[in-house]
Amino acid sequence: MTSPGFSPTGIRFEKIDKRFGGLYALRRVSLEIAAGECVVFAGRNGSGKTTLLRIAARLSRPSAGTVSFLNGSGERNETQPAAGFVAHATMVYDELTAEENLVLFARLQGIAEPAARAAALLREVGLLERRNSLVRTFSRGMRQRIAIARALLNEPAVILFDEPATGLDPQGVSWFAETLRGLRASGRTILMSLHGESEVSGLATRAIRLDAGAVVADTRTGADFGSILNFANA
Amino acid sequence: MKKKILIAAVVVVLMSFAAYAALFIAPTESKMGTIQRIFYLHAPSGMVALLSFLVCFVGNLGYVFTRRAKWDWLGVSAAEVGMAFCTVLILTGPIWAHPVWGIWWTWDARLTLTFVLWLLYTSYLLLRTLVEDPDRRALISAIYGIFAFLDVPLVYGSIRWWRTQHPQPVIMGGAGSGLEPTMRKVFWFWFLNLMILMIFLIRERYALEAMRDDVQSLERDAEAA
Amino acid sequence: MALLSNTVVLLGKELRTEFRSRELLTTTVVFILTIIVLFSFTFDPSVTESRRFGPGLLWLAFLFAASLMLQPCFLREQNNDTLSALRLSVSDPFAIFLAKLVANTLFLLFTQVLLLPAFSILYNVPVLAAFPQLVLVMFMGSLGLSVTGTALSAISAQARMRELLLPLLLLPLLTPVLIASTEATAALLVPNPAMRWDWLGFLLAFDVVFLTALWLFGEYLLEE
Repeated sequence: MTSPGFSPTGIRFEKIDKRFGGLYALRRVSLEIAAGECVVFAGRNGSGKTTLLRIAARLSRPSAGTVSFLNGSGERNETQPAAGFVAHATMVYDELTAEENLVLFARLQGIAEPAARAAALLREVGLLERRNSLVRTFSRGMRQRIAIARALLNEPAVILFDEPATGLDPQGVSWFAETLRGLRASGRTILMSLHGESEVSGLATRAIRLDAGAVVADTRTGADFGSILNFANA
Repeated sequence: MKKKILIAAVVVVLMSFAAYAALFIAPTESKMGTIQRIFYLHAPSGMVALLSFLVCFVGNLGYVFTRRAKWDWLGVSAAEVGMAFCTVLILTGPIWAHPVWGIWWTWDARLTLTFVLWLLYTSYLLLRTLVEDPDRRALISAIYGIFAFLDVPLVYGSIRWWRTQHPQPVIMGGAGSGLEPTMRKVFWFWFLNLMILMIFLIRERYALEAMRDDVQSLERDAEAA
Repeated sequence: MALLSNTVVLLGKELRTEFRSRELLTTTVVFILTIIVLFSFTFDPSVTESRRFGPGLLWLAFLFAASLMLQPCFLREQNNDTLSALRLSVSDPFAIFLAKLVANTLFLLFTQVLLLPAFSILYNVPVLAAFPQLVLVMFMGSLGLSVTGTALSAISAQARMRELLLPLLLLPLLTPVLIASTEATAALLVPNPAMRWDWLGFLLAFDVVFLTALWLFGEYLLEE
């Protein structure tokens, strides 16, 4: 995609607990993600995938434990731009146009020349012709594109996708896979949660399975890629 | 358990003595007669209600800054006890006012403030029933509780100020003002009693909340096993 | 300063969104108008009666309208989870509250100024003589309504029965605003209108107290 204006960043989860009332959504999750890895999290609904991603995005605070971003030499780096987060919800305003939305979020983040940046991203995700359309009129595929554009505004080193393939038609999935290929090639660290094997999961360099809030399998420690993704469907 | 029964017994004895004092030891008020004796329940109830809500405020602040559940338990316990005393005040006002003045209610500063307090803390308790996640519930209600308590001096100030321009009969006058010495003693004795009762009730309610939390932990552990 | 620039940007968004649909403004205006008309049936609107009851009824109408108008404030950020997007983008979460409360104050003031002539005509109460002062009183009152209403809107958005909950939480809290605004307004509708700076000062104190509370605790309302 865009030429990297970021430095490669890894993520460390240390003994993350997340409680909702008495229920543990995550239990003592410890993971080390190297810079540039493309990790897929698999697991049943309620296994903690979304929670983990939201904690990495710093939207949710862990009940215990820490999450830190690491620079190339493995040291903590807090000056990195915030991670890009793409969920099933569009996270942009329906009542504003695509361009207005991107300019708004660019200005909030203090990005220089917000209008130019917004236009550049719209072009990259293929929404330039719809720049003046209200997001309310967008299809599911287009919604994902504007969501990704918003997430990339600040050129993040880390991108998080929560169930990106859900609700997309085959064309949408292909487009997303292509986009993911580009993001991976640019050296970004990518975490995503998926339900099963697909064109998208094939792009991952590592797979981790979560069950009831704990890590139960990790390709880094020898588990089989396919079984992690398929077991989740069982 | 034995300690609790002992304390309860002490409270009962003290309250009985207080009732006796109000009914027989305090002299009869010249203008209003026997019905005035309800003053010894009415005025201290108001003061103790306010004290309870102050304790609730402390619990709310404690939770927001420490996020430890026990502050939330303190908050809800004090709010419920405060509501009880508030209700006593609102009920005893008309009971006194009607025989004396023929009116059931007057919007004097104290009664109006109490009514607004009653509404505010009813909202606090209602809010708690409408949020399911216990941590969210504790945080949200704590912040509302803080807002509610910050409002109290503003409500009181605005009503009093307003009343100086639109005077109305004041039920029972100021606390302790113009009281004959024996009456004053009975008044403060009642205040002390009600405060002891307040502490006892808050502690019991707190213990109930702590137990409830224990039961829920056990249920969850059982489910997980 | 980042807080200020974020607030200005978000304020722009709030205003643009509202002026595009005008849903909130039109429904609020119609609602207040309806209450004003209905109230006029409950007593004989002679000049003396109107001067006595009018200001209170007017502010009661404003309070009810505010408690309805402020509901969507944070609810609409739940559509598409735009609240998360804002939290990720702004440097200080207080900017979110500040922008919304300024917008809400402006909306409320706008509806009130619009309806003042209607009130004046229906209740035979002259408002022209003290119009600028009335606007000032309405501004201070609206600020009070907004500061508390915006905060409570964030609270009620996280509970069930949120449509009924906001008025329930908000209205008792606004007692001081009702009293202060009514008194200040009443003093401006008499033959010799006088500005009650004491009540205005009181409203200012109210605003400062709750704005400070919102600044201290607001970000906890947005947490997950």
